[in-house]
Amino acid sequence: MKKYNYSEKKDTRSGFGAGLVEAGKRNTDVVALCADLTGSLKMDSFQKEFPDRFFQVGIAEANMIGIAAGMTIGGKVPFTGTFANFSTGRVYDQIRQSVAYSNKNVKICASHAGLTLGEDGATHQILEDIGLMKMLPGMTVINPCDFNQTKAATIAIAEFKGPVYLRFGRPAVPVFTDPDQKFEIGKAWMVNEGKDVSIFATGHLVWKAIEAGEKLAAMGIDAEIINIHTIKPLDERAVLNSVAKTGCVVTAEEHNRIGGLGDSIAQVLSRNNPLPQEYVAVDDSFGESATPDQLMIKYGLESNDIVKAVQKVIGRKIKK
Amino acid sequence: MIPDIEKLTNIAIQVRRDIVRMVHGSQSGHPGGSLGCADYFVALYFHIMRHNPDFQLDGKNEDLFFLSNGHISPVWYSVLARSGYFKVEELSTFRKLNSRLQGHPTTHEHLPGIRIASGSLGQGLSVAIGAAQTKKLNADPNLVYSLHGDGELQEGQIWEAAIYAPYNKIDNLISTIDVNGQQIDGSTENVLSLGNLQNKWEAFGWEVLEMNGNDMQDVIRTLELAKSKTGKGKPIMILMQTVMGNGIDFMMHSHKWHGIAPNDEQLKAALLQLTSTEEDY
Repeated sequence: MKKYNYSEKKDTRSGFGAGLVEAGKRNTDVVALCADLTGSLKMDSFQKEFPDRFFQVGIAEANMIGIAAGMTIGGKVPFTGTFANFSTGRVYDQIRQSVAYSNKNVKICASHAGLTLGEDGATHQILEDIGLMKMLPGMTVINPCDFNQTKAATIAIAEFKGPVYLRFGRPAVPVFTDPDQKFEIGKAWMVNEGKDVSIFATGHLVWKAIEAGEKLAAMGIDAEIINIHTIKPLDERAVLNSVAKTGCVVTAEEHNRIGGLGDSIAQVLSRNNPLPQEYVAVDDSFGESATPDQLMIKYGLESNDIVKAVQKVIGRKIKK
Repeated sequence: MIPDIEKLTNIAIQVRRDIVRMVHGSQSGHPGGSLGCADYFVALYFHIMRHNPDFQLDGKNEDLFFLSNGHISPVWYSVLARSGYFKVEELSTFRKLNSRLQGHPTTHEHLPGIRIASGSLGQGLSVAIGAAQTKKLNADPNLVYSLHGDGELQEGQIWEAAIYAPYNKIDNLISTIDVNGQQIDGSTENVLSLGNLQNKWEAFGWEVLEMNGNDMQDVIRTLELAKSKTGKGKPIMILMQTVMGNGIDFMMHSHKWHGIAPNDEQLKAALLQLTSTEEDY
């Protein structure tokens, strides 16, 4: 059964912007902080709607994380906004001590993650952020796949108590999930049931996996596609149920092969049910300047790359 | 309320006994800065702040305190215990396995009185500003206090916060810098001179006060003055002159006691200089 409908292309960051306004309407304790990227993060609607609850901190991300942590004392629910690079690596120690170790209810919202930031190049294209954030004890890590899911995730994390890293991107990408979906943190979304291979994808790669699934179907391969929007805590039950059926795995993510979704899945497999796995991810390198589409091709993150990985992993499957 | 300077001074002596005994007990910790700041902490918790030892992390409707230079945790733990946040006996667990009194303060072990972890330097001013902004959003008229080391001012995040607070009129914040002129590798003057701190903070737009942090009368007077200057559009910074190791002659005027523990003999010599005023834990 097809569980998705392609409607239009929209950027996931706009889903965040829309979700933030909705979260702000539902809870007057929701506040937002931004480090001089209000337009890029699509936080301008929140700023306009709730000027007294919006805080411009300037180009000072460390201070932003600290202020957000302090604001939780007294009950505020702060959402910080900047690019993924400046949301994680630049402020890792601030997040580690003042947010994660202190268990503060801060929502670290990160746009322009991965290669699809495009022309600005490797200084801004962080491919290590999922790894950095998931290593922090108590940190929830979410990477939704489209506009609708990013909006729903933004609303959901406002209602969830605890530190969260929410990762989204810059370019317009297909919108295909339900606009009225209820986002459940930590619950994988079955996009397409299949029996030959499990494709676990996150973020922008979920749509690429769907495209790959259609190509594979034409080749007679029945792929199960699962959207892992929450990388931590990982829905291990969904992973194990799927692989029990399919016997092999492809993971797909716009992130370094080291430390991302693929490694999280590999850990579940090695501890429970070791099976062949192929990674569709950036192969331990930095990015570079080009258009998002050019970069996705060059770094092997296209639907064709998923198809090839599926063919390879099926070949490795232990024949009964 | 008229402060009983003699009583406060006596509590500070007992706090100093606690500090050296705690650091001796675990053979680790930071006695130097802790001893230097004993009078400030006692003044805050026993006279200046409106606070509730029946601890609520959210701290609504009370004054808040944040320690940014978390390594001087012994003085804070002692003052928290002696002002009723937890039993003084627990001070003996400092830095030991399964203790709530971690080397650096943390919320992780749920020790009453602690609202955020600190230790990695430079983060506490931003946190205090955030808490102060929440107080404003909540229409809570109480104040936020924070303490920082002078060596800590070498961290860049401090200056991000220094720009932010005056621009945003965070005038319910009274921050203090422990100007003891010492850090691990030597004097601040020799490691990385901080220059003219008064000029720096004034240039950033703060109301700057100075006090002798080892004179209880001056500490109380200056903190009261600082309180009277809140609500006037500016954050307040107190440059607090202290002597590292204050109260124990062989620990004073040197960076050497920043982070080492006294041995049995040194403890004995130290305690002889600090007459017990309340029960030891």
